[in-house]
Amino acid sequence: MLILAHEGQKLTQGCFGLFYFKDPKTSLLHGCDAFSGRNIMHMADALISPAVGGAMWAATAGLTVYSARKLKEEMDERKIPLMGVMGALIFAAQMINFTIPGTGSSGHLGGGLLLAILLGPPAAFLTMASILTIQALFFADGGLLALGCNIFNMGFFPCFIAFPFIYKKIASSGEGAKRILAAALAASIIGLQLGAFGVVIETVFSKISELPLGTFLLVMQPIHLAIGIVEGVVTASLIGFISSTRPEVLEAAAGPARGKPFSIKPVLIALILVAAFTGGVLSWFASSNPEGLEWSIARICGNKELKSPESGVHALLSRIQEKMAFLPDYDFRKEKPEGLAKSESAQGKENAWPSMRTGTSVSGLLGGAMSLVLAGLIGFGIKIFQGRKSGRRDG
Amino acid sequence: MQIVLLTQRKISFSLASSRAKRSVPPSSREILIFDIGLLNVCAMGSIDSSFFDIGRLDALSSKDSPVHRIDPRLKVLTTLYFIAIAISFDKYDPAGPVPLLVYPMTLMIIGEIPFSYIAKKLLIASPFVLSVALFNPILDRCPMLNLGPISVSGGLVSFASIMTKYVLTVSAVLALIACTGLDSICSALARMGVPKAFTIQLLFLYRYIFVLGEEAARMTRARALRSFGGKGLGMSVYSSMIGHLLLRTVDRAQRIHLAMLCRGFDGEIRHGEPSKIRLSDLLFLAGWCALFTLLRLYDFPAWLGKGLGRLL
Repeated sequence: MLILAHEGQKLTQGCFGLFYFKDPKTSLLHGCDAFSGRNIMHMADALISPAVGGAMWAATAGLTVYSARKLKEEMDERKIPLMGVMGALIFAAQMINFTIPGTGSSGHLGGGLLLAILLGPPAAFLTMASILTIQALFFADGGLLALGCNIFNMGFFPCFIAFPFIYKKIASSGEGAKRILAAALAASIIGLQLGAFGVVIETVFSKISELPLGTFLLVMQPIHLAIGIVEGVVTASLIGFISSTRPEVLEAAAGPARGKPFSIKPVLIALILVAAFTGGVLSWFASSNPEGLEWSIARICGNKELKSPESGVHALLSRIQEKMAFLPDYDFRKEKPEGLAKSESAQGKENAWPSMRTGTSVSGLLGGAMSLVLAGLIGFGIKIFQGRKSGRRDG
Repeated sequence: MQIVLLTQRKISFSLASSRAKRSVPPSSREILIFDIGLLNVCAMGSIDSSFFDIGRLDALSSKDSPVHRIDPRLKVLTTLYFIAIAISFDKYDPAGPVPLLVYPMTLMIIGEIPFSYIAKKLLIASPFVLSVALFNPILDRCPMLNLGPISVSGGLVSFASIMTKYVLTVSAVLALIACTGLDSICSALARMGVPKAFTIQLLFLYRYIFVLGEEAARMTRARALRSFGGKGLGMSVYSSMIGHLLLRTVDRAQRIHLAMLCRGFDGEIRHGEPSKIRLSDLLFLAGWCALFTLLRLYDFPAWLGKGLGRLL
């Protein structure tokens, strides 16, 4: 061990702040860290459609009500202060990094599985939900409308799927550190894979990102396999630490939840119904053409086979079709009937594309810039008005 | 065990070389200790700045201004409606949602929230959005719009649209929290029918973030000062560190609960006199929602652009 002392001078946080901001290498590392977990799973408002956001909000609201009721039934409301403080602990622990041997990168705790082990699924779900709410509100990590998606991906899967069906099954059949490690590894890997899959599905269904399903899955799933392994090892070592120092904490946590067998089936069915209903209604409102989804799927398949989206008539056709479906108000549609556009596009994209809605778009962009200026002017006006008012008040 | 005493000479050496490398102004009296791995210093920077951030937003929310006084329920609803409208714009229409910027901007100006602060947070939080959105210009290369000799691809247009929506939604959320505060948002949520178990522990979590955050920052700092060349930053130290923090937390939670029971806690937190919705609050909600709806239904930027085009 190495101990470093310096003569009578106090280390300040400022010196580290300076170091941290001045060095490009550290900021790069910080960037990698941001990619390594905390941000990659948090969906943002800008990447989802209102239909997907609304559906996931409905599902999450249902789960929250269910969890709160479950807590009440089990007379577990005395857990509430413990939940809050544990949430704060996970929050703090997420900000402490550790190096992962052999890779040079750093990892941190996700916490969903650990909370489920310590508090039981319903309480852990509520705690994860509030951690994510704080992150969305204060750190802009994930949006407000995307909060439903985020709570579902990072709360539901570890707490209601990975813990009861994987961790508990493996860990309860025997004792020993190895078994706990295996259980935690399996549970956190599967929980994170499901969560990453959720992120991909929600993003693709929102149709904002151009990333096709296959490619996105190929990026997200392996990253989360790695994160899952790390999470599993850390969770297992934490559980090992607690069971060797204060085993009663684990027993107390598992106590009340063990009394009643936990059944997820009715919850799942209700969830699917709620999400499907809300999503259906919202997308019916949002899009004038409910068949849009099919086109998007056709396009994804086309992309996968053809590699590049603009080669091949099929992909092009579906692209045009999709644009037709989602841009009903643009001039393009008024000018050209659908059949004409289709036949033109078959001749080649050069003919079909250049003349399209150019005027509107350029003027639209110009208008966007103008309205930005206008908004600025309004803001400036309010500020001056306010300044005069407060000046009058002071005077 | 090896003990190294950094003498004044050594410190000045490290300062000099750091100045050469990073052009630190000579006036700065900070000590830079090179032996500490860059990584742990970085972690400390982020943990300290994170808690500083929460504290800053909390401080902003305790100001008093006309927007701070609006009933939190209506502010939450208005912001949710704003976000839904903002993201419902077409992905090939980057200009359409721009006028919506009026809402977060008005909140920030009237609520006296510094622009630069929100702008900084916008930059920090963008990695996920950026990393996903960057694929749009790569994958979607269909020409969509001609600006003279340059043709802009659909992907670039949709990228611009994602970034517009990102700025709008994130600034609205930050403006909401900065002019409302979490306590008010919790009581608003409770009065809108969100289960008590959720809102109460959200309040707990928020209160204890500051306590545990400070504790965690202290532990991280201590660990960073004891680990050289990346040694000691691994998983075993981490898990025993977090384990100790966890055990302390469990004990603390128990003490808190007992103390609360002694003071008559019955599972409910009273938020003081429940605020009544006044006429001005309703006007706030109705006015903004009407404006958002109008901006969604009529393409205001296109009008403006066309008008300008005709003038030119």
